[in-house]
Amino acid sequence: MSLKYEDVIAKYEPVLGLEVHVELGTASKMFCGCNTIFGAEPNTQTCPVCLGLPGALPVVNEKAIEYTIMIGLALNCSIAPFSRFARKNYFYPDMPKNFQTSQYDEPICINGFLDVEIDTDEGIKKFRVEIERVHMEEDTGKSLHMGGATGRIHGADYSLLDYNRAGIPLVEIVTKIVPGTGKYAPEVARAYVAELRDILRSLNVSDVKMEQGSLRCDANVSLRLIGSDVLGTRSETKNVNSLRSVERAVRGEMIRHAELLNKGERVVQETRHFQEDTGLTRSGRSKEQAEDYRYFPEPDLVPIVPDATWIETLRAALPEKPSTHRKRLQEAWSVPDKEMASMINADVLEIVEATVNLGADPAKARGWWLGEIARIANEKDVTAADLPITPKDVAEIVALVAAGELTDKLARQVIEAVIAGEGRPSEVIETRGIKVVSDDGALMAAIEKAIAAQPEVAEKVRGGNLPAAGALIGAVMKETEGQADAAKVRELLLKHLGQ
Amino acid sequence: MAEISRDDVANLARLARIDMAPAELDHLASELGVILNAVARVQEVAGQNVPPTSHPLPLQNVYRKDEVTPSLTPEAALSAAPASEEQRFKVPKILGEEA
Ligand SMILES: [Zn+2]
Repeated sequence: MSLKYEDVIAKYEPVLGLEVHVELGTASKMFCGCNTIFGAEPNTQTCPVCLGLPGALPVVNEKAIEYTIMIGLALNCSIAPFSRFARKNYFYPDMPKNFQTSQYDEPICINGFLDVEIDTDEGIKKFRVEIERVHMEEDTGKSLHMGGATGRIHGADYSLLDYNRAGIPLVEIVTKIVPGTGKYAPEVARAYVAELRDILRSLNVSDVKMEQGSLRCDANVSLRLIGSDVLGTRSETKNVNSLRSVERAVRGEMIRHAELLNKGERVVQETRHFQEDTGLTRSGRSKEQAEDYRYFPEPDLVPIVPDATWIETLRAALPEKPSTHRKRLQEAWSVPDKEMASMINADVLEIVEATVNLGADPAKARGWWLGEIARIANEKDVTAADLPITPKDVAEIVALVAAGELTDKLARQVIEAVIAGEGRPSEVIETRGIKVVSDDGALMAAIEKAIAAQPEVAEKVRGGNLPAAGALIGAVMKETEGQADAAKVRELLLKHLGQ
Repeated sequence: MAEISRDDVANLARLARIDMAPAELDHLASELGVILNAVARVQEVAGQNVPPTSHPLPLQNVYRKDEVTPSLTPEAALSAAPASEEQRFKVPKILGEEA
């Protein structure tokens, strides 16, 4: 029986720290001209530089520096007038050089912040997440652990390495500790990663696909007793591959820490791995023994001294901030705060916008994405954006309903069928033979049948009790299997009963 | 005088994954000390007005354009690997923890 979240926050104050790694969307790698295509055949995108062969000479990709400066500027950072690369020495087969080219005490961007908003019981609350640094490094290769039962390193007989990813430019964005989030720590963590993702997307510097690993979040969590200023021991959770998982991982770690502390046990300083299926974390590498990466300045690369005019040109060209963009949409669509927050929380804002851009009425587009589609997504435990239904499909459905060719009920059937993979809306309508019964003759037959079945109700309506008509309309809708337009049925029925 | 202790050598050996006998540790502690001292003499020449450098030439901002150039074929990439499988480098089982 695990501890309740309310009991955790009644006693402890969470302290968050977030590290986000972003693979930049450059055409070539960080220090060599190898391609960066995701999912390419193993070891088809490697060369002497990214394989760490003797004598190879790395040269910095200018675009990667430009992207990193843009990220720093968008996060309100100062851009260092002088920064350098450093070697982070460690022995692990994912880095064939036996070191990772990274930055140590001289990162490109420092001291920024990002404001996030979350929807709480007390209305929309704003939190400022301070950014400590944004630095450049390179991604590592991918390992497959062979033998053993689980594909995990423990119990494996050997490992296979693909170095296509090794050397892809990676930016690490590190926050300062985020205190004062209280019970909202999980939501703040999620909102931060979501906001960061939206900013990176608007800058067009990365494809920010969490599920493909181009955006990865490590969540550091510790607890301290409320009222105490002694920080607790932190754990660092890796493998957090979706926004929802960020929230779950932080909440899960808070509960795990509190359970240990309540039992008088201590929290071990370690890396933990998030398990998508259970929402729990499992123990990874212990960090009890101080790591010693023996950083030193990279002798094969020269310092980065960005020209002030370059920085100002990049600053001037920054796109509209996602938060400003949202405010603009909210005004244009006249959406209340709460509903805007629901859209952001369900991560459907972008698809609603795309649907509206295809001609759909904003309220209708929002209604479908937040209603029927979100409901199905919930059932399947995925996000609406993951379902095989596109803004184009929804725009088409909205148009058909507006034209009277689908009722809301039929539209729901079409949506379900599209998600079930039966094809695009027009194909579903065609194959299922879905159409609104608008033929007056067929409707009148159904109306007369309904009246015959409930003569006493019909009498009430004749007598002027209009709300009673609902029962008859319901019967007609049932008879026509929802294919009739309810407004039309009502009109015909009332006319028929002399109203 | 730069000093390097037996413990320093043992720690470096552990970090570098080099298995060393106790006798080698003693021997290397004194030998590495001599090397460090030789290199440290540079500090006698460099005055306070000479900033430390990480590169022998006064260069900065050396960049390449973000252009794709041909990679090695997988066969060439794997040609010097002691073992390979499924077009991947094959390494002995990794001891210790997950990264
Ligand atoms: Zn390469």
